[in-house]
Amino acid sequence: MKKYLTLENGDVFVGEASGDTAAEVEGELIFTTSMTGYQETVTDPSYTGQIICFTYPLIGNYGISKDVSQSKEIAPTAVVASEIEKHPYHYESVISMDDFLKEKHVPAITGIDTRELTKVIRKHGTMAANLTNHPVSKSLNDNNEKILSKIKLASMSTSNNSQTDHVVLIDFGVKNNIIKCLQDLDVDVTVVAPDVTFEDIEQLNPTGILISNGPGDPTEYTSFLPVIRKLQDNYPLLGICLGNQLLALANGAKTYKMTFGHRGINHPVKNLETGKIYITSHNHGYAVDADSIKNTPLKITEVEVNDGTVEGLRLPGKPVFSVQYHPEAAPGPHDATKIFNDFINIMHESEGVK
Amino acid sequence: MPKRKDIKKIAIIGSGPILIGQAAEFDYSGSQACLSLREEGYKVILINSNPATIMTDDDIADKIYLDPLTLPSLKKIMRKERPDAILPTLGGQTGLNLAVELSKDGILDELGIELLGTNLHTINQAEDREAFKELMEKLGEPIPDSLTVHDYKSGFNFAHKIGYPVIIRPAYTLGGTGGGIAKNDKELDFILNRGLTMSPTTECLVEKSIAGFKEIEFEVMRDHAGNSIIVTGMENFDPVGIHTGDSIVFAPTQTLTDTEYQRLRDASLKIVNALKIEGGCNVQLAQDPNSEQFYVIEVNPRVSRSSALASKATGYPIAKIAAKIAVGLTLDEIINPITKTTYAMFEPALDYVVAKIPRFSFDKFTNADRKLGTQMKATGEVMAIGRNIEESLIKAVQSLELNKKLQNNLVSEDDAKLSLPDLLKKIQTGTDVRLFGIFTAMAKGATIEQIHASTKIDPFFLSKMQNIMYLHKKLQSGELTADLLEQARKYGFDNEMIKTIHPISDEDLAKLDKLADQHLVYKMVDTCAAEFESKTPYYYSTIGSENESKPIGNSILVIGAGPIRIGQGVEFDYATVHCVKAIQAAGYNAIIINNNPETVSTDFSISDKLYFEPLTIDSVMHVVDLEKPLGAIVEFGGQTAINLTEGLTKHGVKILGTSLEGIEATEDRHDFEQLEIKQNIAHPAGNTAVDIPDAIKIADKIGYPVLVRPSFVLGGKGMAIVHNQDELIAYIKPALKNSNGKPTLIDQYIPGTECEVDILCDGNQVFVPGIMEHLEGAGVHSGDSIAMYPPQHLTDKQKIQIVDIATKIGHETHCVGMMNVQFIATNKQIYVIDVNPRASRTVPFMSKITKMHLAQLATQMILGKSLKDLSLKPGLYPEPKKVYVKAPVFSFTKLPGAPTALSPEMKSTGEDIGSGDTLQEAIHNALFDSYHIDSSKKSGPVILSAHDFENTKLVNQLKQVGFEPQKFVSEDKMPKDITFVLDSADDTDDEKLLASIALSHQIPLFTAQDTVKGIFQPQPQFQNRA
Repeated sequence: MKKYLTLENGDVFVGEASGDTAAEVEGELIFTTSMTGYQETVTDPSYTGQIICFTYPLIGNYGISKDVSQSKEIAPTAVVASEIEKHPYHYESVISMDDFLKEKHVPAITGIDTRELTKVIRKHGTMAANLTNHPVSKSLNDNNEKILSKIKLASMSTSNNSQTDHVVLIDFGVKNNIIKCLQDLDVDVTVVAPDVTFEDIEQLNPTGILISNGPGDPTEYTSFLPVIRKLQDNYPLLGICLGNQLLALANGAKTYKMTFGHRGINHPVKNLETGKIYITSHNHGYAVDADSIKNTPLKITEVEVNDGTVEGLRLPGKPVFSVQYHPEAAPGPHDATKIFNDFINIMHESEGVK
Repeated sequence: MPKRKDIKKIAIIGSGPILIGQAAEFDYSGSQACLSLREEGYKVILINSNPATIMTDDDIADKIYLDPLTLPSLKKIMRKERPDAILPTLGGQTGLNLAVELSKDGILDELGIELLGTNLHTINQAEDREAFKELMEKLGEPIPDSLTVHDYKSGFNFAHKIGYPVIIRPAYTLGGTGGGIAKNDKELDFILNRGLTMSPTTECLVEKSIAGFKEIEFEVMRDHAGNSIIVTGMENFDPVGIHTGDSIVFAPTQTLTDTEYQRLRDASLKIVNALKIEGGCNVQLAQDPNSEQFYVIEVNPRVSRSSALASKATGYPIAKIAAKIAVGLTLDEIINPITKTTYAMFEPALDYVVAKIPRFSFDKFTNADRKLGTQMKATGEVMAIGRNIEESLIKAVQSLELNKKLQNNLVSEDDAKLSLPDLLKKIQTGTDVRLFGIFTAMAKGATIEQIHASTKIDPFFLSKMQNIMYLHKKLQSGELTADLLEQARKYGFDNEMIKTIHPISDEDLAKLDKLADQHLVYKMVDTCAAEFESKTPYYYSTIGSENESKPIGNSILVIGAGPIRIGQGVEFDYATVHCVKAIQAAGYNAIIINNNPETVSTDFSISDKLYFEPLTIDSVMHVVDLEKPLGAIVEFGGQTAINLTEGLTKHGVKILGTSLEGIEATEDRHDFEQLEIKQNIAHPAGNTAVDIPDAIKIADKIGYPVLVRPSFVLGGKGMAIVHNQDELIAYIKPALKNSNGKPTLIDQYIPGTECEVDILCDGNQVFVPGIMEHLEGAGVHSGDSIAMYPPQHLTDKQKIQIVDIATKIGHETHCVGMMNVQFIATNKQIYVIDVNPRASRTVPFMSKITKMHLAQLATQMILGKSLKDLSLKPGLYPEPKKVYVKAPVFSFTKLPGAPTALSPEMKSTGEDIGSGDTLQEAIHNALFDSYHIDSSKKSGPVILSAHDFENTKLVNQLKQVGFEPQKFVSEDKMPKDITFVLDSADDTDDEKLLASIALSHQIPLFTAQDTVKGIFQPQPQFQNRA
């Protein structure tokens, strides 16, 4: 069965239907260069509303296993790959990638020249696209729907380990591994939705706050910025990905949309304070404007080696910092998991100060 | 940190002659490193005794020593040159070991020479089994349990402690013979006792067997600041148990989940950080396919064959970056030479699949044990790039140049004759041709489960092979539709393959291809999966909708030599690279097509454009159709390129240099005979036979002994001297069967002095750089002979005759470029025995001596220059006063069971050079790295086989020189401190045993009487053997 991927700029790619072959969807077309971890990738809520193209041609080689999904759902509206494996053999595999897509009603297109598609995105930037079962002639409009309304937000949930460290995690579309990384360090985590108030959080009596990753344009979340300003004055705080951008916005900096973003697990990030470089997992289409930081109390702590993108911020004098990349990996390298230890250390230090 | 300014002069030790396990990859890494250091402004001193290398070219290093790789020789150079530092991790195990020796000697401290890069303590920690074990335990990284035992009881107890299966590895036996895997007490009883008996030190390692685990390799880079990255992960198709050099390998890893991949990545980085590696490092790991358990197998703290493969697979130049790290630069300071916009501190993202298949030379070593294990046996490898497993695997198969029919049909005729149960049993053992055995089993209906049960190969890979066989079946039985053809194209099937399976014309295929949605296009290798714009001139073909390769224009196509095998070694890559340099100097763009990941020619920075493709007529024509080059040059790519000439000419490609007619005039027996008769050139009497009665008649007419060989040969494949009719029939039967209808040649056998010349011809005049005389007489392949230049035993008259004949042949064939002519000189007559219409393996040797880049000069002639334009005088180039010797190097220790006696069938894998004021001195210098003997020691016992001991003249000569010749009786009756062994036949058990003892005890071994006779002369001169 044929499938049609029609891009905002008028390009059409015709391939084979895979996954849920009947479904027709639209989304923002992006690409990721990671060669492993397709399951973690497609279940990462930050991809909500996007059509994800894998540059690595073989997706699904080792099937889908029980424990590595980053959320319950497949976040992107569709998947583009050169091949999606129907018969995996891994001992942990419970279902094939193709069947996983079917089960979650997510369509996919295979057999197209994904390198050509990637170059279109590189050249023209991420753009709207739709995936249909028949050729479509209408040109597409930018997808104006609010992303926030699409993601399923966590109702308040508490993990009850009654540990001394207690992090309230504000969930804009959190990846499970962020929670797991904290729990592995014996931290109690309470997940709350972003419509939470400062007072709600205070009542939970946290020792630290984590602002999670999430999809979309950070400037759409302005209503939450006053809460961050209060939080950063009162608690140790770590922002990850969208959390990094929101911390920047809350302190008066600006964000911008990147041409095609950083999506992959091979990005070098340099810590300007230690000189150390880590290979990190990335998924962001927006970034913090470095120039705009000058007029804020924030300090840039980390940058991407190749293009200088802001990858980390700190609020001097306060136990508040954030990273643009994904220290929790899943998928990707563990070079920066130490960030969670740093966070706990900061919590402990500031407790001592209190 | 910026680069170091306190050092100015750096010495690099090369890896020496090509051996199995240490081959052309070190020429690639070494030359990259030299250039990289010079780019940073350092002066580079290079020591390597292997002349057939790009790294020993005058424009690669500031000073080159073609000297023996021994401690005394290196110390002499160190004293003379006084470098500030040595970079030891780029010359393979040889370079590393010598650096360790130099350090232990104390000379480095004495002269204040620093070792750059990874330090010696680290190297020891990685290479010493016990130190490594200790480090892994300290780091908490798992390694398989093992224990060295000297008696059965300890071995038995240990096996019970760790549980079966266990591997038993006897110490110091040839190729690990006597070892094996025991799954129970009974097997242990047999194998351990055998191993202890066979080991000269009664020593065996008993180790937990992890055979069947997935074998994974990581190529890691780390700088002195501790920044580290993985260049790529690679997954072996063959599970643990077969040496990675002998395994089919895919990059990136294919069957590991991200969790597994990151776990192994973490372990690799932890180890590399603990070892404080500065440069490149290879980590080999084993992953249990059924649990989280993994083991660290081994760490190589230097660039390696795997790093060369990883460089070509990703585009990330490991050796080049490693050299920059060694002088203090950090990864974030080094620009990624591929993108030129990003830095070396990142991990390449691939958007394609790479397959590597090892190339074995068992076609030469017919009796060798083809079973693959922990001892590497491959002489070379091919790499192919595609967008899926099927495509890259099939393209790699097409690159192997094994057997056209098998490569095209995939199903092995021999295996097809077996019953399925027998075939499933056969493929339990890894061999060079198991891949085809698996294809055949699938064709016979075997399931993935059955094959997995036999081979332990991951079902993921087997399922891809089965996809190929499903398609094969459809092609065979059904109608060839456009859809089916498009699927075949996506799996990498070229016209020849399809035509073999489904008879159809090229024209009809072209019509069907036009109907497809996607077509053959070229994609760029860019390290970043198209994320950043790159301008790398490095391409591979695949099926897609966008072609990224734009014709470069004003171009000349150079056909490479493909995988390294016996008879077609690194010399041809050397010539290819020089051809490219001359093309560029003449103002044209040079395009290379080649498929060998180990070599310099497939570095994207060498040519203006590199196509990493099979060297088949179909894939070359695709490139031609796109690039429309001015012409193609085939003279430098060995027999691989010559064999494509006919097809290229047929397709209308202009062959630059000697034309197809000229090539055929030398390769077609009948044509060449006409030429010789016309020009009154003597040649051994002979004729061609197409059947047995014919052969008997011809041999009777010529008189025995006769030399028999197939026409269109490479490295004397299948040549033999037969002494009577029985031997003739025994030879000719299989030879005719394997010749694809081409006749067998039968020649008069003439004893005399063998010599050869490479000629350069502009189509008009002929230049002869020099005559090389062979120490061994006819009957020993020229590639296995010790060659001497200038010739030591030819009269002036003989030399003039040789040059005259060579000139005539050049004229008659309208040679443009290079040609190689081989002679036998007797007192009465000069005979021509062979002509190769192309650059030969002696080109680098003569180039290094004459300091003329012969392949470049030849290329200039191909491009239209005359001898006069190049200031070359016709005739023989003046001979030097110094004497130069080229000596062969054998890899017998790696190939148990392979014939060792020198014969018309070539056996050597590499060569070295020695020079001196006298022949004796030159031979003395050449023998260190070839026969591993100090020929100035003319005393002590020498052991001769019974057959050799019968030669009383030779025995007397050896006595006269000062040796104590003894006849071989048995191993326990051998004296200590044997100077060398002579064993020139390998027919009897005793002869085989003697060779094996010499090899396993590292006693210098000669396998031709002529070699010993020639080297150990009672006085400096010796008689003309004719």
